[in-house]
Amino acid sequence: MAEPLLEVKDLVKHYPLTQGILFRKQVGAVKAVDGVSFGLHAGETLGIVGESGCGKSTVARMLVNLERPTAGSIAYKGEDISRLSGRALKAVRRNIQMVFQDPYTSLNPRMTVGDIIGEPYEIHPEVAPKGDRRRRVQELLDVVGLNPEYINRYPHQFSGGQRQRIGIARGLALQPEIIVADEPVSALDVSVQAQVVNLLEKLQDEFDLSYVFIAHDLSIVRHISDRVGVMYLGRVVEIGTDTEIYEHPTHPYTQALLSAVPVPDPQARAHRERIILSGDVPSPADPPSGCRFRTRCWKARDRCAAEVPLLAVPEVFPSGPAAHPSACHFAAEKRVVPHVPPEGPGGGAEQDTD
Amino acid sequence: MPDPERPEPAGYDPVGPRPKEAVSPTGQGGPMDLALDEAESVEGIEKTAGPGAGGPRERPRSLWSDAWHQLRRNPVFVISAALILFLVVISIWPQLIASGDPLQCDLAKSQQGSAPGHPFGYDTQGCDVYTRTVYGARASITVGVCATLGAALLGSALGGLAGFFGGWGDSLLSRVADIFFGIPVVLGGLVFLSVVTSTTVWPVVGFIVLLGWPQIARIARGSVITAKQNDYVQAARALGAGNARMLLRHVAPNAVAPVIVVATIALGTYIALEATLSFLGVGLRPPTVSWGIDISNAASQIRNAPHMLLWPAGALSITVLAFIMLGDAVRDALDPKLR
Repeated sequence: MAEPLLEVKDLVKHYPLTQGILFRKQVGAVKAVDGVSFGLHAGETLGIVGESGCGKSTVARMLVNLERPTAGSIAYKGEDISRLSGRALKAVRRNIQMVFQDPYTSLNPRMTVGDIIGEPYEIHPEVAPKGDRRRRVQELLDVVGLNPEYINRYPHQFSGGQRQRIGIARGLALQPEIIVADEPVSALDVSVQAQVVNLLEKLQDEFDLSYVFIAHDLSIVRHISDRVGVMYLGRVVEIGTDTEIYEHPTHPYTQALLSAVPVPDPQARAHRERIILSGDVPSPADPPSGCRFRTRCWKARDRCAAEVPLLAVPEVFPSGPAAHPSACHFAAEKRVVPHVPPEGPGGGAEQDTD
Repeated sequence: MPDPERPEPAGYDPVGPRPKEAVSPTGQGGPMDLALDEAESVEGIEKTAGPGAGGPRERPRSLWSDAWHQLRRNPVFVISAALILFLVVISIWPQLIASGDPLQCDLAKSQQGSAPGHPFGYDTQGCDVYTRTVYGARASITVGVCATLGAALLGSALGGLAGFFGGWGDSLLSRVADIFFGIPVVLGGLVFLSVVTSTTVWPVVGFIVLLGWPQIARIARGSVITAKQNDYVQAARALGAGNARMLLRHVAPNAVAPVIVVATIALGTYIALEATLSFLGVGLRPPTVSWGIDISNAASQIRNAPHMLLWPAGALSITVLAFIMLGDAVRDALDPKLR
């Protein structure tokens, strides 16, 4: 495969825990992200799933340089962008944009839609000459399926789905190559989720975008993603194409996660096996030794506590659909999703509005 | 959500026919049509309708121009602004409406009621209360407006920067503000102002600013911290916006409302504080004419001659009310959700 557009290597983010009011003393660290690696190719959508607190959003924020990684690198076209500042950082930001989770807080309530979508051009005046900006903003509104005449309205005059479209238009304004979408549909109604996801797919074809799509809704991720990474407690535990992950999961956590997806068919639901994990996610300030999932894993042995499993293709699967990187010492294929029709993306994303 | 007070059908356009086909390219897929339907229902909220409500529809609008349109049609703003304008004019040119001299007094007329040409009567010294009330506006308005402006600018600048950047500067400023909070107003006034020999209003203004900025700084710091945590500030940062843009375009407009409210309320308190200090003999001193001096002189005579107290006190109350109403109207106009 060609050189990835974005290559993340051993990304680490630790938030220091401090004590004391006047003289701060570091007493520990919350290991929000602890060694995450993946690549993103041009035109591809990489889905990242995982439960709350597993570090998905922190990864997203580091990708768009809202947080500085504690260690590791983020290479955009071969250049490490995680340590940039000033002019160079501003230039890179043109190419990597973000769509936020909550459309109610991601739009400034005191700016008109025109100002919100036009702001990228004010920050990067070289992208569009002054007289051209208004027209471009209206074009963007049109592209995301909003009436271009809404340019003078305020965000509160729109519904959640429309607001998210405005957020997407703002992300598109600078014609980026990569869009990092941090749970872009989690705050929306299911029917509106489908519209926004379909819009994102349409835009991907139109502008040749690459997405890093973060979500906790597995069906939405499957619908939009080419490849999927599963995160648990700051680490990627399994990564592969959507078929590899959904049909042939080899990591016990992925299997447990998939078994929790609601099945719309009551007949199939009766037959399927649910894996119920015991206990809570351990604190990221004090993660378990070795494999981080071992405290809740039914396969855990002594080796899991002593040895950190590497994210690599398990030796037991030399080839076939199960041969994809999985961070488990005892990786084994287990089919947990009952049966999915070949063209059928599950969940609400199924309702195509076209 | 459609405005319940508008019975028109959802597609009704209050502005008139729009060249819909000309601007919105149709023929897109389903999501677009759905979005249009969805949007049609918000049509009713458009409130800038009506001829002459801001020129041609095509003109780009901003928060400040919208706020101005809103203010011009708000009776509360118009009345309070007219009152304040009037007060400012008479404090600059009091002779416009008062022909007498506030310092020309006739003891023989001490505490007499209203007489032809002297509608408000006379005070203890036999001075014309109407003239003194008119002339007193200058000192009171100067103290109130200048002290509020000074405290609001200093306080919101320091508090806003501290809240936005945080770190040790924030800790330092918060502790310094605490120290100033600890100074008792009356005792501080007696100490600071008794050593000043100037008879102008400026030492009083300076003292009030010195005591008033920590209050504004605390409010500004708190609301800036709240505003900067919003996703839209992060979005601006992700776009590559600098600190100045984030502060001025995103944080400040969303943090200014509480500051305006507190500042307008403080303005009334400052005028009253000037009266208190004058009463104690350390604020403004005769021959300066001020409402504070007159109120404190009249307070002891309220049973004999209530008119001496009522007129300057009434003028003070109306002034304070006008500023509070103005602040209220401005705050509402800066919030698009209330339009």
